[in-house]
Amino acid sequence: MMDIKDIVKEENLVYTKTKLMTDNILSYCPGCGHGTAHRIVMEVIDELGLQSQTVGIAPVGCSVLAYDFMNIDMIQAAHGRAPAVATGVKRTMPDKYVFTYQGDGDLAAIGTAETIHVCNRGENITMIFINNGIYGMTGGQMAPTTLEGMKTSTSPYGRDLKSMGNPLKITELIAQLPGTYYVTRQAVHTPAAVRKTKKAVFKAFEVQKEKKGISFIEIVSNCNSGWKMSPVKSNEWMVEHMFPFYPMGDIKVDGELVKSNKAEVKS
Amino acid sequence: MTEEIIIAGFGGQGVLSMGKILAYSGIMQNQEVSWMPSYGPEMRGGTANVTVIVSDDRISSPVLNFYDTAIILNQQSMDKFEKTVKPGGLLLYDPNGIIHHPQRKDIKIFKIEAAKLSAEMGNTKIFNMVVLGAYLKLKPIVKLENVIRGLKKSIPERYHKLIPMNESALTKGMENPVEVFLN
Amino acid sequence: MGELKLMKGNEAIAEAAIRAGVDAYFGYPITPQSEVIEYLMAEQPEERTGMVVLQAESELAAINMVYGAAAAGKKVFTSSSSPGISLYQEGISYIAGAELPCVIANVVRGGPGLGTIQPSQADYFQSTKGGGHGDYKLYVLAPASVQEMADFIQLGFDIAYKYRNPVMIQSDGMIGQMMEKVELADQRPRWTDEEIKQMHDSWAAFGKGDHRERNIITSLDLDSAKQEKHNHHLQAKYRRMEEEEVLFEEINCEDAEYLIVAYGSSARISMKSIDLARAKGIKAGLFRPITLYPFPMKQLNAYVGKVKGILSVEMSAGQLIEDIKLAVECNVPVKHFGRYGGMIHSPEEVLTALENLIKGE
Ligand SMILES: Cc1ncc(C[n+]2csc(CCOP(=O)(O)OP(=O)(O)O)c2C)c(N)n1
Ligand code: SF4
Ligand SMILES: [Mg+2]
Repeated sequence: MMDIKDIVKEENLVYTKTKLMTDNILSYCPGCGHGTAHRIVMEVIDELGLQSQTVGIAPVGCSVLAYDFMNIDMIQAAHGRAPAVATGVKRTMPDKYVFTYQGDGDLAAIGTAETIHVCNRGENITMIFINNGIYGMTGGQMAPTTLEGMKTSTSPYGRDLKSMGNPLKITELIAQLPGTYYVTRQAVHTPAAVRKTKKAVFKAFEVQKEKKGISFIEIVSNCNSGWKMSPVKSNEWMVEHMFPFYPMGDIKVDGELVKSNKAEVKS
Repeated sequence: MTEEIIIAGFGGQGVLSMGKILAYSGIMQNQEVSWMPSYGPEMRGGTANVTVIVSDDRISSPVLNFYDTAIILNQQSMDKFEKTVKPGGLLLYDPNGIIHHPQRKDIKIFKIEAAKLSAEMGNTKIFNMVVLGAYLKLKPIVKLENVIRGLKKSIPERYHKLIPMNESALTKGMENPVEVFLN
Repeated sequence: MGELKLMKGNEAIAEAAIRAGVDAYFGYPITPQSEVIEYLMAEQPEERTGMVVLQAESELAAINMVYGAAAAGKKVFTSSSSPGISLYQEGISYIAGAELPCVIANVVRGGPGLGTIQPSQADYFQSTKGGGHGDYKLYVLAPASVQEMADFIQLGFDIAYKYRNPVMIQSDGMIGQMMEKVELADQRPRWTDEEIKQMHDSWAAFGKGDHRERNIITSLDLDSAKQEKHNHHLQAKYRRMEEEEVLFEEINCEDAEYLIVAYGSSARISMKSIDLARAKGIKAGLFRPITLYPFPMKQLNAYVGKVKGILSVEMSAGQLIEDIKLAVECNVPVKHFGRYGGMIHSPEEVLTALENLIKGE
């Protein structure tokens, strides 16, 4: 009988696990974008040789366990407070690299004040924002980013703008603040999208090295469990429904709002 | 009469809803009931279990370490719950996917081929009702008519057309438990 | 008899709130109590009774929405679980200081910090000793069944309005997640604006008419002498609650030589331990505080000289035990037993702890 060892050979390898990801089994639902986003951040830190100089802040949300998977020193923050925790770390160790990794509930609901003020102060950190339009962790409740008409467990008949408010474009909002230096919106559902996101994360860490202020990378992602769809279907749905409302691309580069996005910012 | 039951298996097997139907059936005949699920992220595709108690008297603890009956639907649950059946109690299991079969000689052990039977009936969703039927054959703690009434209460009205299907699954289960003798 | 249903504790408390004629619910999702807001959103009470349901952006916002609605004389309910209740504390202190009636449910989970989502009773101190700043008390009810989850809504509002004081229902992940038979009360109509005016005109802020002075809702008084006077008034209120509003249950206590004192889920588990103990010939009884504040001090003190020992059972490292010791004034040996951090003790473990107490270990 053929043994697994006969298959796992140098010449057959097409992919190796990112060095800075631990061997722990990812707790994410199969098909979820969180795992890919983790890998991208760790690859960049690895390729820049920053493992020993980086501190990550994990949120409360599905990625609360990011510290189980990212092989760097990490701090787990209270729900929404990652930017404040990051500020504490960065202000006392200005030469270290600090990033937060947060979901939409964490960053744009309970943590809105921290998000706005960390950006307004222009803390020299990197923020990775996973926007899946729902509270994945707690079983699929409505998030500030939930689209109009979208069904969640707390908007079972679809989000009604009149009683539940509008989907919040927090990224466009913070891009208006002078403290933000690089603001972009990306995705991780295709190899091409992954390459673009990785470039953005590289740029973010470069910005941090140059002490230019906040880099804010929104990653529009799926929550196949919360959306009650298959992974493939959820990615299709995301492209069809999330991308028109949360358009891909740079919003602010080198401290300047990107022209093509200005109209979008107003709307 | 007090019957303390653990039902354990995979997330999608209908473990929790089977417990709920049983509990509702108890209410239909004026008994006290409690239904206590395992909850949390481990339920995402993982194991699920529920403790159901049906009693003529006020129910004390809704969580228990030992049970009159264990209904076991996967290997992890077998490993965890075989030892929790009280001496003289009942262990009912579906052998599908079970590698290490139960070994205890101080309890009654029955098999029900629910996965196979429900597949034969062309609807794997009624798997849990086949299991429930087998259980009620062995321990008729609630009357079939009350199970049907419980079923009506515990599923939304738009699914009531599926009740005859569930009823035949219950009957199928009642016809098929097989006692396992260890020696 | 009202309608009989099989419901989770979290669903029962939500349905009971609609039926009690509550005007508004504000909350933020958190396990293990998200079913409360999920149930309300699915039930659309806005159409049934006109009750408002809103998912806030955080617990900080939710509790202040409660403050606002309560200040307007409206019946308002909220629920959360431990980490969220910690965020409520500032608001609760203001609500207590401003003497606003409302009902808050805490479906406790293991801590400290983010902890776990499994059941715990480690928020006893927070509920009963004033979790926020200042000298204040909540009226704290500890349901031990799904039925009590439902019943304590109306009871809670009765007390909240009688004393103009916030009421806390402290349950936990076990009572919140389990299903039992529950008999639901009939729908009460919500108060009309006219009724609210009649009942709360002396204090609520819903718009001043010519007939009265302005009503100001505040907890601030820069004049310390006045603030002390306000505190005297609050304390007098609490003493009155201690006299008049204590609730408790005794099971098998008449001939008991040993008592288990436990509330909520631990009381349910201990009921079984008592049965197991009696089967072994141990004369054990269960004393269940239903109000954690005011604690049944006198009622428990009555067992001094009658019982040889007390086992305090709580899913915590030992918080309830402090009140038990105060109650019996160290005249009875008291020991604590409890699993915690989200672990639930089994009836057998409680029995073993009781046997150890008897052996003097
Ligand atoms: C103070 C507080 N409130 C509420 C919660 C419950 N809670 C945990 S994660 C979460 C939302 C997570 O959603 P999001 O940030 O979008 O992350 P996702 O899981 O979708 O990645 C909530 C409300 C908590 N842990 N603490
Ligand atoms: S619940 Fe959603 S966000 Fe969380 S791991 Fe699953 S798919 Fe991902
Ligand atoms: Mg999210």
